[in-house]
Amino acid sequence: MSDNSAVMGTNSPIPGEVIAPEKTKGRAGVFIRKFSKQKMPLLAAFFVILLFLIAIFGPFLTPYNPDEPNYDALMQGPSGAHWAGTDEYGRDILSRLIDGTRLTLAVSLSSVLIAGVLGTILGLVSGYYGGWLDRIIMRGSDVLFSFPDLLLAIGIVAILGPGLSNVVIAVAVFGTPSFARIIRSVTLSAKETLFVEAARSMGAKNRRIIWRHIFPETVPSIIVNLSMKIGGAILAAASLSFLGMGAKPTEPDWGAMLSMGRDYLSIAPHIVYFPGLAIFLTVLAFNLVGDGLRDALDPKMKN
Amino acid sequence: MGRYALQRLLGVIPLLFIVSVLVFLFIHLIPGDPARLIAGKDATLEEIHGIQEQLGLNLPLWKQYINYMGDLLSGNLGNSIRSGIPVTDMLESRIMPTLWLTFLSMAWALVIGLLIGVISAVYRNKWPDHLGTLTAISGMSIPGFWLGLVLIQIFSVELGWFPTGGVDSWKSYILPSITLGMGIMSMLARYSRSSMLETLREDYIRTGRAKGLREYVVISRHALRNSLIQVVTVAGLQFGFLLGGSVMVETVFSIPGLGRLLVDSILFRDYTVIQALLLLFSTQFILINLIVDLLYGVLNPKIRFSQ
Repeated sequence: MSDNSAVMGTNSPIPGEVIAPEKTKGRAGVFIRKFSKQKMPLLAAFFVILLFLIAIFGPFLTPYNPDEPNYDALMQGPSGAHWAGTDEYGRDILSRLIDGTRLTLAVSLSSVLIAGVLGTILGLVSGYYGGWLDRIIMRGSDVLFSFPDLLLAIGIVAILGPGLSNVVIAVAVFGTPSFARIIRSVTLSAKETLFVEAARSMGAKNRRIIWRHIFPETVPSIIVNLSMKIGGAILAAASLSFLGMGAKPTEPDWGAMLSMGRDYLSIAPHIVYFPGLAIFLTVLAFNLVGDGLRDALDPKMKN
Repeated sequence: MGRYALQRLLGVIPLLFIVSVLVFLFIHLIPGDPARLIAGKDATLEEIHGIQEQLGLNLPLWKQYINYMGDLLSGNLGNSIRSGIPVTDMLESRIMPTLWLTFLSMAWALVIGLLIGVISAVYRNKWPDHLGTLTAISGMSIPGFWLGLVLIQIFSVELGWFPTGGVDSWKSYILPSITLGMGIMSMLARYSRSSMLETLREDYIRTGRAKGLREYVVISRHALRNSLIQVVTVAGLQFGFLLGGSVMVETVFSIPGLGRLLVDSILFRDYTVIQALLLLFSTQFILINLIVDLLYGVLNPKIRFSQ
C-alpha cells in the first residue's frame, strides 16, 4: 500500500478533483510495469487471453462437429486428420476440447465471482462494523473452513444433486470464507486510516464510507484473490465431474471427458491425456497469472 | 501455556457443536422426506411410517438432534441404507487404507517439499530456484485424478512395475501416494522457500557467517531448524487437503478406503453413510488443527505468551 500512495502523491500535483482519475492511472501504470517484468506470468496471461478467445469463437474454430459420432474412426490416436485423436464414439477430441473451453471458463469464473462478491460484502461488513455481526460472520467462516474444501463441495452436491449449476454453487460456497477473511483484514486496517477518519468527521454515512473509501482499498486484494482462486475452482469442478457429480457424460466438459476415457486407458490413453493436459495447462496459466498479479499488486500477501 | 491450551480447547467446542448440527441437518436438507428416501421408491405408506417411527423422524427436530447425539456418543452411527450394515463397522474396515495413504503421502511430500524449498532459497534467483518454483506451481496445478491415470498408464500398463489398483501389497501404495502427495509437496516447497528466505535475513544467520561457520552448517543447523517449526505446522494444517484428495485418489486406484466409500455412498444415495463420513472427516480435521495449534504453542513461546 505504501508504494501505491507514494505514486499517488507524485502523480497528482494539484490537490482536488483531479486526484481520483490520476490515482487510478498511476496505480495502473505501476501495475502494468511491475507485471510485465515477470516473464512466466506474462506468458501465462497471453495463454489466458487465448483461452478466452477460444471460448468466444469456439464454434468457428472446431475442425469437426464436437458432438457428432463417427463410427468409422473410433478411438484413433492423434493424426493429421484428428490432431488429438478421437474418443470412444469417434468424436474429434480437439473439437470437444475447444467446445469445452467455454464450459470450463464459465463454471470456474462464475463460481469464483459469486464467492468474491459474497465474501467481499461479508468481509467489509464484518471488518467495518465489528461487534456481534463480526463474530457471527467469522464463526460462520470458521465452520466452513472446518470442512476440507473438496469434501464440502461433495457434501453440497450430495444435497443439491449432481449437475454443473450445483457445482458452481458448491465451489462458490467453499470459496467465500477466504474472501471474507482477507477483505476483513484489509478493512480493519483501512478503517484506521486518516482519510476514513476525515470522511467520518465530515459526517459521511457508514454506507458511503464503506463503498467510497474502504472498498477501493480492498480492490487489489480482491483481484489477486480472484485470480488465485480460479485455478482451484477449475480443478474442483473437474474433480466433481470426474467423480460423476458434475457435468453429464454427454457434455464436452474436460473432467467428464477424462472420466469417460478412463475405461479405455490401456488401449487408447490419448482420450485421457489430452483433456487432462488441457486442465493442467489452464490451471497452471491461471495460477501463474495469480502469482504475478499478487507480486505486482499486493506484495504483502506474499507469504 | 495452560491458559493458551484452555482457550484453544474451549474455542473448539462451539465449532464441533455447529458442525454436528450441520451434519445432523444434512439428511433434512436433502429435498424430499428422509423416511421416503430411506425406504426407497417402491415402499408403501406403512413402511414409510414404520421407518419414521423406528428412526424417530416424527419427533420435533431438537429431540431428534438429542437422540442423534446420544447415539453418536455411544458409538452408534446408524445402519447403511443400502446394505443394512452398521455404519461403524463399515468405517472400521475402510479406515486403514486411507490412513496409510495419507500418512505415506504426507511423509514424502514433507521431505521433498522441504528439500526443494531449501534449495530454492539458498540458490535464490538462480536456475535451481526457477526450476523449484516451476515444479511447485506445476504440482499445484496438476489435476490429481489425471496424474494418477497417467502414472497408471505408464508404470502399470506399459511397464508393469506396479499394480493398477487395490491394496494387495506395499507396492499398491506407491503410485497413489505420489499422486496424493503432489499438491501438498508443492505447497510445502513454496512455503518452506519463503520461510527460509525470511530466516536467512535474520541477524543470527549473519552472526553465524561472520564467525566463520561453514555455509552448510549455517543453513542446516541454524536456518533450517528455525524454519522447520513453521513448515511442519503448515504441513499439519494440510491434512484436510489430503482427506479431500483421498476421495479422488482412492477412486482412481480403486482403493477400498473412506474416500471411495464416500463416493460410492453419494452415487447410491446412502445418506446415513454420507452423514457419518462428513462428521468423521470434519471432526478429524478440526482435531488435527487443534493439535497443530497446541504443538505450535509448545514450540513457539511467542505465541504462547502473546495471548
